[in-house]
Amino acid sequence: MPSLWPWARQKAAKKTETKAESTKTSGRPNMAKPKMALYWAASCGGCEIAVVRLYEKILDVANTFEIVLWPCIMDFKYKDVEALPEKSILITLFNGAIRNSEQEYMARMLREKSQILVAYGACAHLGGIPGLGNVTNRQGIFERAYRETPSTVNEEGTYPQLSFKVPEGELTLPQFYDTVRALNQVVPVDYYMPGCPPTKKQTEAVVQLLVQVVKEGAELPPAGSVIGASGKTVCDDCPRTREEKSIKAIYRTYQIIPDPDRCLLDQGILCAGPATRGGCEAPCPQVNMPCIGCYGPAPGAVDQGAKLLSAVTSNIDSRDPEEIERILSAIPDSIAAFYMFGLPASLLHRRKLERQPEAVPAEAAR
Amino acid sequence: MTEAKVETRRISIDPITRLEGHGRIEIFLNAEGDVENAYFQVPELRGFEKFCEGRPVETLPVITARICGVCPEAHHMCSTKALDAVFKVDPPSAAKKLRELLYSAFFVADHATHFYALGGPDFVVGPDAPAAERNIVGVIGKVGMEIGGQVLSALAATHEVVAMLGGKYIHPTCGVPGGISKGLTEEERAKVEEIAKAAIEFGKLTIKIVDDVVLANKAYVDMILSDTFAHQTYYMGLVDENNHVNFYDGKLRVVDQQGKEVAKFPGSDYLDYIGEHVEPWSYLKFPFLKKVGWNGLTDGPSSGIYRVAPLARLNAADGMATPLAQAEYERFYSTLGGKPVHATLATHWARVVELVYAAERLLELSQDPEITSTNIRTIPTETPGEGVGVVEAPRGVLIHHYWADENALAKKVNLIVGTGHNNGAIAMSINKAAKGLIKKGTVVTDGLLNTIEMAFRAYDPCLACATHSLPGQMPLIVSIYDSQGNLVQRLRRD
Repeated sequence: MPSLWPWARQKAAKKTETKAESTKTSGRPNMAKPKMALYWAASCGGCEIAVVRLYEKILDVANTFEIVLWPCIMDFKYKDVEALPEKSILITLFNGAIRNSEQEYMARMLREKSQILVAYGACAHLGGIPGLGNVTNRQGIFERAYRETPSTVNEEGTYPQLSFKVPEGELTLPQFYDTVRALNQVVPVDYYMPGCPPTKKQTEAVVQLLVQVVKEGAELPPAGSVIGASGKTVCDDCPRTREEKSIKAIYRTYQIIPDPDRCLLDQGILCAGPATRGGCEAPCPQVNMPCIGCYGPAPGAVDQGAKLLSAVTSNIDSRDPEEIERILSAIPDSIAAFYMFGLPASLLHRRKLERQPEAVPAEAAR
Repeated sequence: MTEAKVETRRISIDPITRLEGHGRIEIFLNAEGDVENAYFQVPELRGFEKFCEGRPVETLPVITARICGVCPEAHHMCSTKALDAVFKVDPPSAAKKLRELLYSAFFVADHATHFYALGGPDFVVGPDAPAAERNIVGVIGKVGMEIGGQVLSALAATHEVVAMLGGKYIHPTCGVPGGISKGLTEEERAKVEEIAKAAIEFGKLTIKIVDDVVLANKAYVDMILSDTFAHQTYYMGLVDENNHVNFYDGKLRVVDQQGKEVAKFPGSDYLDYIGEHVEPWSYLKFPFLKKVGWNGLTDGPSSGIYRVAPLARLNAADGMATPLAQAEYERFYSTLGGKPVHATLATHWARVVELVYAAERLLELSQDPEITSTNIRTIPTETPGEGVGVVEAPRGVLIHHYWADENALAKKVNLIVGTGHNNGAIAMSINKAAKGLIKKGTVVTDGLLNTIEMAFRAYDPCLACATHSLPGQMPLIVSIYDSQGNLVQRLRRD
């Protein structure tokens, strides 16, 4: 049958060939294959899709590694993993932040079983969007979700319970924590792979490296490295032209139609590019929207938000402190502007948490 | 509670698939070995409604996209539409068309993934086939390598359309109140048109697979129409001015168990119609029709439980807006015994009808003379306030409701997502399938897992970001415990 997708005809034929071959190979038992695990915690599933979208390259992975855990696409061999000896998994790609007790348990277990633990994607790397939950706490989130939302009909004030007796027995739920943590705030992490999600190209490159490490003895990067990203900033990948000292006012994205060729930050749109690690090839500025910082702090930056604030202030076209302050006061929300993806991993970590049980949630969140 | 303690056996199914995380099924058996009750639990919550508060509203399309990495386009689009309402701004007509173009390409990709990788294996390979073959590799084995290649090409091509406008396929970023941040060049438009034409052919091919593999097999058809997989519920879906299915815009229409319209309202009125019930044993709420009321996990006219997603959308509409999809819509109902169809498993076929519609709509939009217009944004001038956005996500009606202060910071956020609406129906379907299969003395076998899984999978629960994947098989473990908590038996589907 001819392909319906003329431009992809050759590619598709090649793909299916590879597939046929690889399926055959992977069917053979091979005891020597090192083990790999993939796991998700508090995340959206986008990292899983990013890995799945490697398409035929997934089969390279399957041919090189014995995948012992990948809840997204394989049988949940949770008990099997639990039964494995320490350090018997060569590599675990872990995506998602730690939001509840079940995720913490899995993070600890996989750390114990794995020689190399990779924080894959922004949530495991920095806390990610679920990490915005650190502006509040469990009580605040529960109040909103189960009491205050206008569509909720809950006169009895029911909240989900860790353990609840139904007529037939007992049902349990994992504990929802007050604070979201990045993976390395729970267990030691060997490598960090940034992005929301990591791009296809970067994931392919890392997978290829892993295959080479196993098959050809290629060397791993130094422990603690950020992998699958560049050593520069997003600005280095961005085709827009940048000037110096050009911010005269801060605009929000809905307020202006930006010039398609000039740097967005120069035009007063808060763009996280200068404070954000590159490697994504700057897709967002290329559709006229600012970088929101998903690849995390620029190389060498301790705190992404502090770095961005410094980039913004040093780019303001004024020497008058009052004017500078007036310009900066147009930034509506410093969390979204500076810590969209990295609040848990930042120096701030979270809003001050009132530990007293009788604390009013609104105060705790302030 | 009586003092007589029934000896209960318990079956836990940990399907490890997601809505906002994992799903869990607990089945309780009584002393006779019949199913006493089954519970569908969602053990995770992330708290978007709370932490969106205080954020600039224009960031909500990128923040809420992270609710789901499988259907970020749906949240992004719904959020952007909510912002149009918050700022009381009407986007230029070309911008609306570009948004719908992106959205149509996304629907082709999403529905194709589900049909071939997830739902398809149940029928194409067969519900009784060995579990190891019930996956996309098995599908390709049955329908041929060429089709496998076509599926991958279809996904790659439609992903490309989304990225063309959105910057990224996973988590696009182009939605702004009053429009869209990027338009199409003539060169890009021509590419989209070419992709749309191929997508229509791909839709026809998929219809043929439904015919050859599913409809030609009486056993499958009997299974689709069996009572084990049916629920008499209300249905809700978005319709255009002709009551045709629409994914991007329109009014919400609700029909009853006989297919009669009982409500039709603009999305902004949803609070008059939809309530959400809370159970202490799940983090996911249970939406219901307020005018009927919450009456527990039961179906029929006195229960406010309603369904959304492909089957519900077809039931709630009078037809499809494009010719091929309309022909298939008519065949769907004439084959399955008229409207409405209550058979949950027919959802898979309904999804194919919609895939064809999405492809046809993509072509229409790509050929629209206005689609390369550069007038794609209206800058808002009104003081921001309150706004509701509604779209159809692949998994059903999606509602974002925002309240903004005068500085356009979010004061409050309310979200009701596709799989959320179906929470009650999914729980019922699992209960019914379990009761239909586990009878006195029945040995629990792999068949139970397959059957329960099919009941669950038809909804394509976005718990199933998971199952949008290569083998497309939901891994299941069933553990059976006696009343002392001792493990009696463990079954596993590999």
